[in-house]
Amino acid sequence: MATDTVPYGRKTQRESPVSDLHIVWITAGLGCDGDSVSITAATQPSIEDVLLGAIPGLPKVHLYNPVLAYENGEEFIKSWHAAANGELDPFVLVIEGSIPNETIKKEGYWAAVGTDAATGQPITTCEWIDRLAPRALAVVACGTCATYGGIHAMQGNPTGAMGLADYLGWDWKSKAGLPIVNVPGCPVQPDNFMETVLYLLYMVAGLAPIIPLDDQLRPTWLFGDTVHDGCDRAASYEQGDFAADYNSPRCLVKLGCWGPVVNCNVPKRGWMAGIGGCPNVGGICIGCTMPGFPDKFMPFMDEPPGAHLSTGVIGVYGTAIRALRKVTNTTVNKEPRWRHTRPELTTGYRPTTY
Amino acid sequence: MTVVEKDATRTKDPVLVDVSWDPITRIVGSLGIFTKIDFANRVVADCRSTSSIFRGYSIFMKGKDPRDAHFITSRICGICGDNHATCATYAQNMAFGIRPPAMAEWIVNLGEAAEYMFDHNIFQDNLLMVDFCEQMVKETNPSVLARAENTPAPHAADHGYRTIAEIMRALNPFTGEFYRETLHVSRYTREMFCLMEGRHVHPSTLYPGGVGTVPTVQLFSDYLVRLMRYVEFMKKVVPLHDDIFDFFYEALPGYEEVGRRRMDTVCWGSFNDPDECDYTYRHMTNWGRSMFVTPGVVVDGKLVTTDLVEINRNIRILLGHSFYEDWADDGEVFVEKDPLGFPIDKRHPWNQTTIPKPGKRDFDKNYSWVMCPRYLHEGEHLAMDTGGGAFARLLATSLAGIVDVGYLKATGTSTKIYLPKTASKPEVEFEWKVPKWSNAIERDRARTYFQAYAAAAALHFLDKAFEELNAGRTDTFTPFTVPDEAIGCGFHEAVRGVLSHHVVIRDGKIANYHPYPPTPWNATPRDMYGTPGPYEDSVQNTPIFEENGPDNFKGIDIMRAVRSFDPCLPCGVHMYLGNGKVLETRHSPNFGPQP
Repeated sequence: MATDTVPYGRKTQRESPVSDLHIVWITAGLGCDGDSVSITAATQPSIEDVLLGAIPGLPKVHLYNPVLAYENGEEFIKSWHAAANGELDPFVLVIEGSIPNETIKKEGYWAAVGTDAATGQPITTCEWIDRLAPRALAVVACGTCATYGGIHAMQGNPTGAMGLADYLGWDWKSKAGLPIVNVPGCPVQPDNFMETVLYLLYMVAGLAPIIPLDDQLRPTWLFGDTVHDGCDRAASYEQGDFAADYNSPRCLVKLGCWGPVVNCNVPKRGWMAGIGGCPNVGGICIGCTMPGFPDKFMPFMDEPPGAHLSTGVIGVYGTAIRALRKVTNTTVNKEPRWRHTRPELTTGYRPTTY
Repeated sequence: MTVVEKDATRTKDPVLVDVSWDPITRIVGSLGIFTKIDFANRVVADCRSTSSIFRGYSIFMKGKDPRDAHFITSRICGICGDNHATCATYAQNMAFGIRPPAMAEWIVNLGEAAEYMFDHNIFQDNLLMVDFCEQMVKETNPSVLARAENTPAPHAADHGYRTIAEIMRALNPFTGEFYRETLHVSRYTREMFCLMEGRHVHPSTLYPGGVGTVPTVQLFSDYLVRLMRYVEFMKKVVPLHDDIFDFFYEALPGYEEVGRRRMDTVCWGSFNDPDECDYTYRHMTNWGRSMFVTPGVVVDGKLVTTDLVEINRNIRILLGHSFYEDWADDGEVFVEKDPLGFPIDKRHPWNQTTIPKPGKRDFDKNYSWVMCPRYLHEGEHLAMDTGGGAFARLLATSLAGIVDVGYLKATGTSTKIYLPKTASKPEVEFEWKVPKWSNAIERDRARTYFQAYAAAAALHFLDKAFEELNAGRTDTFTPFTVPDEAIGCGFHEAVRGVLSHHVVIRDGKIANYHPYPPTPWNATPRDMYGTPGPYEDSVQNTPIFEENGPDNFKGIDIMRAVRSFDPCLPCGVHMYLGNGKVLETRHSPNFGPQP
């Protein structure tokens, strides 16, 4: 058989059925480019791991992101035009920043990138989405602005900003039948995003089933638990031990932390390399991964409405438990009595030879 | 006018070609640059910069709780959001009348120092220096690359690259060794940042009144070990950049004219000293001067003030060719006099009203979403630049000659930076000297030196933080109540330059809020007096050294001029190359700033 001549291991490292995959990344929503900057902090995997082919079995990835691109101006944006014309295929479209409503004014633009050769006017971000989304294999909204609107969609905003699913429709499906993939976070947690990209690459390579998403289109393995579920200060919550001001290393829920009701893995995962985070390191959770962000969490530094009741209830139980644990803690902080320098053995062993 | 005239170089009849780049990549945000290039005389004849994003922070912040300001304004910028958050807390502290414990200030200073170390590092060597990498120089100036192959690197012993071309190869994106090393460095410096401020780029642990960060031996030790790795890295990075920048002056005589403009720079100061800073407006002159980066306005190379109160009074926001309506006639006056009794102008950020008016892009009318901040000096509205941040900071600090903390000493003409012994390298002293020009190369060089400056400053802050810790002074937060009526201002240095936040509180809510980050200063379009912004001014008249003609023109010299300012346009320039069509040929040159 021909395969007999294939060296050991080669069969497990088969090539991806799709040889090349393009990532068209538009940062020109109403945003801050903080998500592009964030992914340069990722190490699991890193951007260079993905681009240099450090992970076996995946297609070769070509990235068209303005923050990291070698090319400028027309040389850069011709790839976006090629994708829009069907000449760059297959590609994954990544959108960063919230989507303004360009239909609420007479003329001009809220967000644009590139210049239309025919009119000399800027090409709006909405036009780019209209041109590119129908041709994309998958569409990923990166960060809370693109997923749900975020800060720039705050009450009183002048631009009518919204999330990508609000713009394209929550039931929108790509030509490959995939819903929009939302990876929220303000900014997106670096490894959360790169891990989602990696998953999509596994999918394209035929190594993983369709990406599991919840109702808000978030990857379930990243957003299934709450901040509280992964927070090391949740222990002081359970013991009814709440910080009265930001000097305290205890649970911050009475000072504005929304962790118990926010879907996010940051306190558990850390911000990068396991370092940093939010309530675990003294920062109240302001719900920045959530569809209701920011308005439903403001003013940020007030106790969340439900927390008054829940901390009152846990306070009774927690204070009692804390007192009992203190007793036990004092006991276990003492060494057993048989560790001593007296000329006698009191461990319970009965020597017969000495 | 702040235009450096270089008309003597124009000897032939101009052949003007419309060349533009939209977007300018390898920056944060959306920037377009539209130029007219005179290919006969190889010089940029005209330049317009545009930003194509509007979000409306000053509008949607009205009526919100003033305590939310730092959380919200952090989102203005995705690479220096924490500078905004920090600046907002400074303005909050003034408005609320509070002074955080010293430990909190050292923690913020350590966080912000890590931000400078990270951000200058990633911008310089992963974004900007791609313009100086082998691949780029091969495509734009093959003869320069050939020369680089045969030019030994003067500091090879310090950085390990034998020739200038070897350095250039190491800078190639993703495949270059030094490029990948700096990506790695950008990560552990962000870890340092996260130790102090929780998350990058929008911090979680900053509050008005202090921080929620828990000061422990572990916290500061974890920072210190990473900092010492960076200090060692700096001993390689500074000589490496000196080698490549010096080579460009040598290989391309006249390169000092690229991105050159008059030395008109602004710096608002960075790193408060908790021993001096009480956040009162009344004492701001004094505590401003005690900052570990000295605030300062430099006009035509001369330091004209280091007084933050005077600086505050002379900031003006002009309309110019941007998509806004004027507020000077109808807008509300929020602040008539500053707390020292000095009248505040209608065009001051405290009194600005933002009224967006989107329209078509028209280079004769309105073409940008950036307004025009100016500095009023002797009756003139000067278009000041930040030199990409580092240049203006080192310039103000050096000329003022105040900073002296052991690791750093400002001498009046230079700044000395002392870095102690590290694992494999002995102690080193670097000295940044005030350069002859404000140009692309010197802005870039200053960035590298400021990376070393930030590391040295962090060593000082760590000493002070350990002092507090060992003395048991571990409070990080001062409680406060929000007043019904108050005003505040915060002055800070975002990585790429001046940052101010001005807040007016009425009925306990935000009545007016205007942040002024560095890019509006640098990227402003022409103002109502026709004065071009610094990008426009420095690109205009830039000579072209690129060996390509109009057909495959990359505009590398223009890119270097623009990127030297470290553009960041969430607070931007677009450049696109047209078809090389000749616009007009004029027989009598008529250049200079056009209204």
